[in-house]
Amino acid sequence: MKIEVNGVAHDVTSPTLADALTELGWAEARVATALNGDFVPKTARGETALKDGDRLEVLAPMQGG
Amino acid sequence: MRDFYGVTLDTPLMLGTAQYPSPAVLAAAFSDSRASVATVSLRREAGQGQAFWDIIKGVGVHILPNTAGCYSAREAITTAQMARELFETNWIKLEVIGHADTLQPDPFGLLDATEALAADGFEVFPYTTEDQVLAARLLDAGARVLMPWGAPIGSGLGLNNRYGLRTLRAAFPDVPMVIDAGLGLPSHAADALEMGFDAVLLNTAVAQAGDPVAMARAFALAVQAGALARAAEPMEPRDMARPSTPVIGKAWL
Repeated sequence: MKIEVNGVAHDVTSPTLADALTELGWAEARVATALNGDFVPKTARGETALKDGDRLEVLAPMQGG
Repeated sequence: MRDFYGVTLDTPLMLGTAQYPSPAVLAAAFSDSRASVATVSLRREAGQGQAFWDIIKGVGVHILPNTAGCYSAREAITTAQMARELFETNWIKLEVIGHADTLQPDPFGLLDATEALAADGFEVFPYTTEDQVLAARLLDAGARVLMPWGAPIGSGLGLNNRYGLRTLRAAFPDVPMVIDAGLGLPSHAADALEMGFDAVLLNTAVAQAGDPVAMARAFALAVQAGALARAAEPMEPRDMARPSTPVIGKAWL
């Protein structure tokens, strides 16, 4: 299915958010996720189903003021 | 030193982690600043996030994630929720920006987000102005700390509205307050502490100085001086001179 990951179009085969993160290479990464603007806790990624057109944000720790 | 949601800081300095010339300079600046808190953010993972996380853990101070760049309560709330999981802290420096040029807070969005986040167990550090009415509303909404700006973020102008800040400090004497944003010089930081603010938060003034590590040391000394001076109860200024040398006993010449 076609989803948007951090603003870039991706074609993923994984049915859930947890699997998609692995597919995208972030299985071990320290990241936080939001789907279509709503926070998805780490514990809920396994049961969060993805669908065509979803907007996924994968955020990491970054410098800030 | 007043406590911030149950945490007593060793020094009244909070330092940002952005805009340093290198990670090594960041680490050295933190060490010499003796800052008690490091502010951090969240951005789209592009490969550098994991290394930065290791640097920040190495600095060994309290972590205060921000919601920088959020222009709505909804964005800020989602960002705060992500920050809580990522950084494992209930602290959030809540920024809801209202204008791109001044980066001043949107008071309405800030209040909405403060209310929602405080109800959700967050310990909110709202980035606000010196507006006393907004301060009262933020406290009603559940904030236990306020972070009034000195001047627009990154401007280095110092304490832009001393009257407003003095009034705010006097109106809520028991609320921990951090002057956040706009400080450019150590003297601005000393000034804020002398006025009775509990801490200062700055980033650009150190990170963009010609020698960030030396500037970090200068700010460390300034906040120490300011806090000492405040505790020592400064004299009241007056308009007319008053001789400090005794008048009695002066010779008839």
